[in-house]
Amino acid sequence: MTTIQISVFLENKSGRLAELTHALAEGGINIRALSLAETIDYGVLRLLVDKPKEARSVLAKAGFTVTETEVIAVEMPDQPGGLAGIVNLVTRRGLNIEYLYAFVGQRGQNAIVIFRIDDAPAAIAALQEGGAHVLSAAELSGI
Amino acid sequence: MDVAALRALQSERLREVVRRAYQNVPYYKQKLDDAGVKPADIKSIDDITRLPFTSKDDLRDTYPFGMFAVPMEQVIRLHASSGTTGKSTVVGYTRQDIATWAEVMARTLAAGGTHQGDVVQNSYGYGLFTGGLGAHYGAELIGASVIPTSGGQTKRQLQILQDFRSTVLCCTPSYALVLAESAKDVGLDFQDLPLRVGFFGAEPWSATMRQEIESALHVDALDIYGLSEIIGPGVSFECLQKGGLHINEDHFYPEIINPETGQQVPDGQPGEIVFTTLTKEALPLLRFRVRDLTQLLAEPCPCGRTIRRMRRVTGRSDDMLIIRGVNVFPSQIEEVLMGIEETTPNYLLVVDRKPRGMDELEVQVEVSEETFSDEMSRLEALSSRIQNEIENTLALRVSVRLVEPKTLERSMGKAKRVIDRRDLGK
Repeated sequence: MTTIQISVFLENKSGRLAELTHALAEGGINIRALSLAETIDYGVLRLLVDKPKEARSVLAKAGFTVTETEVIAVEMPDQPGGLAGIVNLVTRRGLNIEYLYAFVGQRGQNAIVIFRIDDAPAAIAALQEGGAHVLSAAELSGI
Repeated sequence: MDVAALRALQSERLREVVRRAYQNVPYYKQKLDDAGVKPADIKSIDDITRLPFTSKDDLRDTYPFGMFAVPMEQVIRLHASSGTTGKSTVVGYTRQDIATWAEVMARTLAAGGTHQGDVVQNSYGYGLFTGGLGAHYGAELIGASVIPTSGGQTKRQLQILQDFRSTVLCCTPSYALVLAESAKDVGLDFQDLPLRVGFFGAEPWSATMRQEIESALHVDALDIYGLSEIIGPGVSFECLQKGGLHINEDHFYPEIINPETGQQVPDGQPGEIVFTTLTKEALPLLRFRVRDLTQLLAEPCPCGRTIRRMRRVTGRSDDMLIIRGVNVFPSQIEEVLMGIEETTPNYLLVVDRKPRGMDELEVQVEVSEETFSDEMSRLEALSSRIQNEIENTLALRVSVRLVEPKTLERSMGKAKRVIDRRDLGK
């Protein structure tokens, strides 16, 4: 039930992000969601794409440092308190969230939140037991 | 002392030191035997070229005490250069060596006018590094009042400069500029202080920096030179003429050689400086290759001293860097990085000296594709781990920058590992 996320190590050099997006466009890869974390010297770009395998090889070929990470995509009500409810399901079990980011998808009235949690199976169980809908990779690429 | 008498003294001392090294240091006996030289072959100072060279590698191979020429009972002090045990060099001193050291440092300080009644603020680091204690003993021998502030704690240094009315300052040139900068921040004007002269060494600096220090600190800024293998600070020093550094050549005999051929070159020609310790008891070194590039000036100095001078060091014949007084070989950093699996052994060292600041060493490291984590906390932890391990090895705080794999330049054969942006020219 996890989703493959593509993470790219990017130095803070002008034009680097443009090169990356260009490489994805050339490769016919569609970005579904992304988040960028940065320090003064470098950043990590995290991407959900429609074709992770192709995306990885396209980026590697273009000279980027790429890794795959398993993340969990969960639906949440697109309303005040929506994220709080979902986060609570995970943290009350003592699971540590490494990072998360959200996007408002086109899936009914719901938004989607992406979690990176070390113990993914436990997190998925916690979410499902709490009544949250964890999206499969297929569902996600269907958005 | 006239030059002929000096050469006679040097000849006598050379014979004696070669005899002692041969008799008391098996390593030297072997080395001289291999070179086919007997102590009896060395009759005058001109025979010095018959002797083989000594290098840092020799000291490393005999780590820690293998080249000592006296039993440990006679060694009353040990100092060591920074570095992993394999690269660190250990030096020892007898009571007489400590007296010699005090003598040559007293000459150094006296050449800048230091006298009894002066208040000497000694901001060289005290410890394994020879700077602090070397300057300390020299100033005490003169009879000046020594304040052993050691390095760091800049605010406190400024307070002491003001309150104790320091007249003489000893520190690295870059730290002098740090003091100047911090003084500005707290509204302290050096013009209002009795500080008169500064002895700056342990790292290379330029004439431009001298002007900067002199105008900011309102002092005569004098260059001093030394290295722990030979004795520490006190090997050579500038007088107030500021026209090159007088070598205490009655104790440390200088030669300039062509670094490629090892042949001695005449005075006045540039090359690599080599020292023979003529009087050292605990650690006599014959023709020690320092790897600093300079030249000898034989013409008399207007100050009247007859000992020769060397020009300010302009570079090195190996890849050693001197950062804030710490000797750094790129290979030491490489060793640290090899031990960290998340990185590739590709790195670049960028040395910079900020205007009015200390030298900074930035280590650029390629993250490895296999182990790169997309969690920032892990990447940050990796940076600080590299930083800490380098600090443990070199006793030097560096900044670490993670870069993308395959971005650091690779040339055919030897990669370019160092970019030195400091202005160390004339």
